[in-house]
Amino acid sequence: MSDIGPPRGTGPLARTEARLAWGLLTPTILAVSLVVILPLLAVFWISVKPVSLADLRAPETVVREDLRGRPTVAGDEATLRYRLRNSSPTSEITGVTLTDTWPEGLTLAGDLDPRCEIAEGELFCDLGDWEGGYRETLNIPVVTEQAWFDAGRDVADDPVEVDGKASFVLANSDFTMKNFVSVFDGGEFWSVLGVTLFYTIFGTLGAMIMGLFAAMLLNHSFKGQGILRGLYLFPYVAPVIAVAFAWILLFDPFSGSANALFVQMGLTGQAINFFGEKPLALLMVTAFEIWRYFPLSFLFILARMQSIPTDMYEAADMDGASPFQQFWYLSLPQLLGILSVLFLLRFIWTFNKFDDIFLLTGGNAGTRVLTVNVYEQAFAVSNIGAGAAVAVVIFGCLLLFSVFFFKFMSKEEGL
Amino acid sequence: MKYLRFGYITGPLLGVLWSFVLAVTVAVAMSFATGEAFRPSITGALIFGIPTGLALVWRAQTVIASAVLAVVYFIALSLGIGPVLTGNVSLIARVVAALFMGIGIGWPLVVYLKDLPMGALTRHEFEAAVIKALRGFGYVFFTAIVVIPFYVMLMTSLKNQAELMQNPLDFSIDLSKGWGLFRSYVELITEFNFGTYMWTSFYISVLTVLITLLFAIPGAYAVARLRFRGQAAFSRSILLIYMVPMIVLALPIYIAFSMMGLRNSIVGIVMIYPVTTIPVALYMLQGYFRGLPSEVEEAGLMDGLSRLQVIWKITLPLSLPALASVSLYVFMIAWNEFLLAFMLLDDPSKFTLTRGIASLNSSEIPRQHLMAGSVIATVPIMALFLGLEKFMTKGLTAGSVKG
Repeated sequence: MSDIGPPRGTGPLARTEARLAWGLLTPTILAVSLVVILPLLAVFWISVKPVSLADLRAPETVVREDLRGRPTVAGDEATLRYRLRNSSPTSEITGVTLTDTWPEGLTLAGDLDPRCEIAEGELFCDLGDWEGGYRETLNIPVVTEQAWFDAGRDVADDPVEVDGKASFVLANSDFTMKNFVSVFDGGEFWSVLGVTLFYTIFGTLGAMIMGLFAAMLLNHSFKGQGILRGLYLFPYVAPVIAVAFAWILLFDPFSGSANALFVQMGLTGQAINFFGEKPLALLMVTAFEIWRYFPLSFLFILARMQSIPTDMYEAADMDGASPFQQFWYLSLPQLLGILSVLFLLRFIWTFNKFDDIFLLTGGNAGTRVLTVNVYEQAFAVSNIGAGAAVAVVIFGCLLLFSVFFFKFMSKEEGL
Repeated sequence: MKYLRFGYITGPLLGVLWSFVLAVTVAVAMSFATGEAFRPSITGALIFGIPTGLALVWRAQTVIASAVLAVVYFIALSLGIGPVLTGNVSLIARVVAALFMGIGIGWPLVVYLKDLPMGALTRHEFEAAVIKALRGFGYVFFTAIVVIPFYVMLMTSLKNQAELMQNPLDFSIDLSKGWGLFRSYVELITEFNFGTYMWTSFYISVLTVLITLLFAIPGAYAVARLRFRGQAAFSRSILLIYMVPMIVLALPIYIAFSMMGLRNSIVGIVMIYPVTTIPVALYMLQGYFRGLPSEVEEAGLMDGLSRLQVIWKITLPLSLPALASVSLYVFMIAWNEFLLAFMLLDDPSKFTLTRGIASLNSSEIPRQHLMAGSVIATVPIMALFLGLEKFMTKGLTAGSVKG
């Protein structure tokens, strides 16, 4: 007798559905893990490797073969020369061997290098280990025969084979904590972190407050509202590189219109270097961030505002609430949900922002944030390992934020 | 606050503040338009704003107020007094400035002050007037900050270096040059290959959109509709991946592409762009799919369609508007993308538009070329955006807080 009751576990229909779901998701999962997960793991790997930009090319053996002595008739003496070198200035190549077909019409005259031997028309040399930057010239004295001139060939015509085991720095088992030490070393890291936090917090808050104002402006129907809404989105929609250069030009210390305007209005006596002076540059990039992203906040807030039922305001009006009171006691509490979600998401995104500061100041004048530091370390100082270490720090911060975010999001519906 | 709530105080106060706001606006606008010396004055705003405010609380009539103020400001400008001071500017500039001041101060102030009595105000009346004034200020302020950078971009591209160095404020364009105004655009296209860059950017963006949709539609459908273990975790990890900063990924991608020889190739770019947009698109689409009534799909299943047929014949036609906004959004991201293009492309024949502009940023190339390049990159995306604004706004709010 079998139990009678509701079925347990997954039935065949549910299994088919799950299989289909995974089938539909597989391409995405594959693509994303190839370009997101794998690189992330790679960043962790690189961050503990002593690797610089120059190490990215695996060390190679370079060989050039030629015949010296200009033999003109049979019986002339000449030297068969192999110039050998390790292409990498730092990495070692082990167990280097050279193999080459012995050129027809040449005979050995004198001593062969002890590491080499000639057998069955083949030259074979065991050259041992080469440290970084190793160079050597191998000279083999030869006598030419008539056959050499008959063939009329050059020694470089047939390729030389050189084998060796290069240890590629990204693949070997050399690990170091130096990257992390150099990241945290000195006061630089903390000042970078401070700048990042300033930029992130004020950029996010500023964009949200501006967005709130813009949303309140446009939460009225009037002629031309659509046009204004479109116009106010321009900073966000335009390519960042275009608007960043427009800002740089506008605030140029020598030929910028903003400076000319300020001088003309008597606000300042001499030209101000907006993106080049220490505290001002940070304020400017934060202002740029606010300017560029207030449209996004305003769109979200406006969407939420338009869904607040108007009868609440009518009731408040009847009860004698003034416009400011209505805003403070009705609109704000209604908007609190979207505002907090927006704040968290924008906070993370501003923290991750790279292009804006990179284009405006390149991280100079006290505006270097963590993301720009990754680029600086990896490409300007060409220390890829240190760049990856900064990236790991960024990723750690991100994980911290997202734990907070998901805790919060489970309470907040929407988005 | 209580002491402000009298018509004879609120009126002049708003009068002064608004006069000053307008004075600054007109001074900036006139300076940018003509390059001549206009500047606002606080004392002028004080002297002219108080009587204006008082008069408008007493009797408010738009046309009369504007006309009277325009005449007053023309005289004031000519005499060199008032909220806007000028040096020696032409008559036309003075007339235009006075007209702007008259209408710009008269009309809005009448709207702000028209319902106010001379004596004590209720809190409601007072705050309504203040809010109207704030709103007026908001329109002026936001429009100014949005328009000025784009105006500078456009006008710089039409001028030449020497003119700009001489007077950085003079954006008036010399119409007599005719087509010569567009010299930097012509040079960009003929000498700097910008036509090719535009085409490259265009087809890379279109390919990105297509590939993104190809991956995101089935994925989003599975997350939104099908039940399987780990569904909740999956939709969360989409959001999480969406938050990984590009610069963190750019480093290993750069290394991997260098080693595989994919750097400096369009193929590499087309491989990498969609992956950055798939999570966004997936997130936006699954939100939309969830909102579709599942009964329609179930009816389709009952009538003998398979799941894939249901997606193709029912879900996709129903979600065309969402597909349009997702496509637009993805197109925008791909078109504007800078970091990856900058890191991965070195060969000028393969540049995208943004990479091309970055290459113009050198001291040897005149500024107007840089700005002309910026205009070339900005105009198509703006046109697309304004034309399809409804989809775009929807797409932006549908779940993308990405920047």
